[in-house]
Amino acid sequence: MSLDIFSQYLINCLMLGMIYAMVAVGFTLFFGVLDVIQFAHGDVLMAGGFGALVAYAATQAVGIANSWVQLLLMVVSTTVMTAALGALVARFLVLPLRNAPPLNTLLITLMMGMVLREAVRLVYPNGSNPQPFPSLLPHDAWRVGGLDLRVDSLILLVVGLLLIAGLHLLITRSKLGLAIRAVAQDGETARVMGINFNRIVLLTFGLGSAMGALGGVMRGLYYTEITFDVGLLLGVIGFAAAILGGLGNLYGAILGGFLFAVLQAIGAVALPVLLPDFPSAYKDVFAFTVVIVLIGWKPTGLIAEKTSERV
Amino acid sequence: MKKHHAKKLFSSSLLALAIACSALNAQAKDTVKIAFVGPLTGGNSAVGIGGRNSTDLAVKLANENPKNKYHYELVVLDDECKPNIGVQVVTKIASDKSIIGSVSHYCSAVAMSALDIYKKFGLPMITWGTVLPDITYGQKIAEIHRVNGTMVNQNEVAAEFMTKLGYKTWAILHDTTDYGKGHNKYFSEYLTKDGGKILGTFGVTADQQDFTAELTKVKELNPEVVYFGGLTPIGVRIRAQMERLGLKAQFEGTSGIRSDSYIESLGNDLAEGTLTFNEGAPLEKMPKGEEFKAAYARYGYDQPYEAYGPFAFAAADLIIQAIEKVGPNRKEVTDELARTRDVDTLVGRVTFDDHGQNIIPLITKYVVQDGKWVIWEESDYGTGKRKLKGL
Repeated sequence: MSLDIFSQYLINCLMLGMIYAMVAVGFTLFFGVLDVIQFAHGDVLMAGGFGALVAYAATQAVGIANSWVQLLLMVVSTTVMTAALGALVARFLVLPLRNAPPLNTLLITLMMGMVLREAVRLVYPNGSNPQPFPSLLPHDAWRVGGLDLRVDSLILLVVGLLLIAGLHLLITRSKLGLAIRAVAQDGETARVMGINFNRIVLLTFGLGSAMGALGGVMRGLYYTEITFDVGLLLGVIGFAAAILGGLGNLYGAILGGFLFAVLQAIGAVALPVLLPDFPSAYKDVFAFTVVIVLIGWKPTGLIAEKTSERV
Repeated sequence: MKKHHAKKLFSSSLLALAIACSALNAQAKDTVKIAFVGPLTGGNSAVGIGGRNSTDLAVKLANENPKNKYHYELVVLDDECKPNIGVQVVTKIASDKSIIGSVSHYCSAVAMSALDIYKKFGLPMITWGTVLPDITYGQKIAEIHRVNGTMVNQNEVAAEFMTKLGYKTWAILHDTTDYGKGHNKYFSEYLTKDGGKILGTFGVTADQQDFTAELTKVKELNPEVVYFGGLTPIGVRIRAQMERLGLKAQFEGTSGIRSDSYIESLGNDLAEGTLTFNEGAPLEKMPKGEEFKAAYARYGYDQPYEAYGPFAFAAADLIIQAIEKVGPNRKEVTDELARTRDVDTLVGRVTFDDHGQNIIPLITKYVVQDGKWVIWEESDYGTGKRKLKGL
């Protein structure tokens, strides 16, 4: 394999891993503060993508033509909207069920995901079909040998890395992050220390959902289309990535996301070359099998929390 | 004021009379139920809804016809393009004895899993959009019919046409359902026979979103044409991601992506030049085509009839004609459908062979030009004004 083709694979994996990581980060944040699994997260991401589409239509309606302004308005409005959606899910679905068995939360958020998915399909005009996502970033391409390096891919990659780094700084350096970490470690003690527990939970859900929405917009810009059911598989993969890395651990989620993307690429490309009878369609089978083996090997995740969590 | 009141009274009593009359009229005829089954939710629902609307139109037009002996009622069910759901809904209609015939399935995988239920309950069905040959030719089931052609004819024409244009190398992507695998099998078979070379074959799952790994491999293989055997949602994703990776090959699909949604979702620029091959003649060329379009517009359906709507209309029409002839009896209707020879329908003449397969030799080639599916011969590409990629 030549270097340019290899770089192309590398960029694909980085991009895909980034999107997975952004979903996984949400799962891991929610689990961290409240020990719950919010299964509607994939669909919250999809809702974020569609929110951006609506905002785009609105900017067109009022006659804004500058694509950077459009993009900014899309990102801001959908982030706010999706953060609010995430906080609402926490306030009305997750928090009231705090003392119920965790299975109830899992089921209720699973159903919430279905409600979101079908609502978007039915409400959005022609929502059953893939919707074109405006490619607002400059799409000039540099051709280096066989590698087509597109400016928009690079921008998305850099922005994604910055977002993850920003989240990391927020969690480790800010007062809010300290409060989130305190609640994650021990909700009761955090409360005694004067931290408003409910407020931190809502903020965390808002934060995680906003990350998901940004992931949705990035996904839309990257693939230039979005469908109402993209959240389903992304949710499952994001969740698997979060578990793989160690549920509750931010770095684990990021590592898990990138690892899953690499596994899929190996399953799709490298294995059919090594084993001629291995069809590329088995890439997900391969990726998930490896994840199962890895989880069996390290049940608390690759980067485990220092104290073992009861799950 | 009084006069106005009297006028109002008169008109409302007239209206009441009209309603009473029409109710009487409806009562005079026995009601016969027929069913429609197709994907109304999920990624393929645009085509499914087009089929549903077209079937609904056939039923409404039949009810408008004073000469008809029966009043028809349509029962609509959603198979979601999923075999397990398909089995459930088909069992539901098959066990309902008041349903005499069914216009069923767009997705081949669903039809395959439901075939035996039609047989077991003796419910005659005409499939309106499935193209897997095995549905009619896999086994001989009297109840199963198909108005559209199969993927065998489609791929035979596709392979011959493309090699004649001068293309030599292909990469094949297909979804891993029976449908996609069938396309891969027949296209590969005919392509090899016609001298084309397949550099790589990639199966993809029906809900896959990222194809960059497969497409980067395709880029490395550097084929002249990328062939895709599958349906619209994945077709859109693959075409869009080819662009992202800078893959400059010509894109060739199958009947599965010939929907208006394909172009809408991609935008005119990306869709431009995409080729597909469809069974049957284009609606515009059919004698009843304009009539169908006008009636469709008259009833104000808010979604288009899509590529397979006319087939659903023709299927419903055939079932209704059979019921008119032999009465609402499943067995009799099945026997009557078997006798279908040279019947004029919206999609041309229909003749069912002994497997219930309509034998239409005609395949139409389409290319996207300026945001529309244009018949190849009439397109700028066909006349040589524009060139496909790599030619």
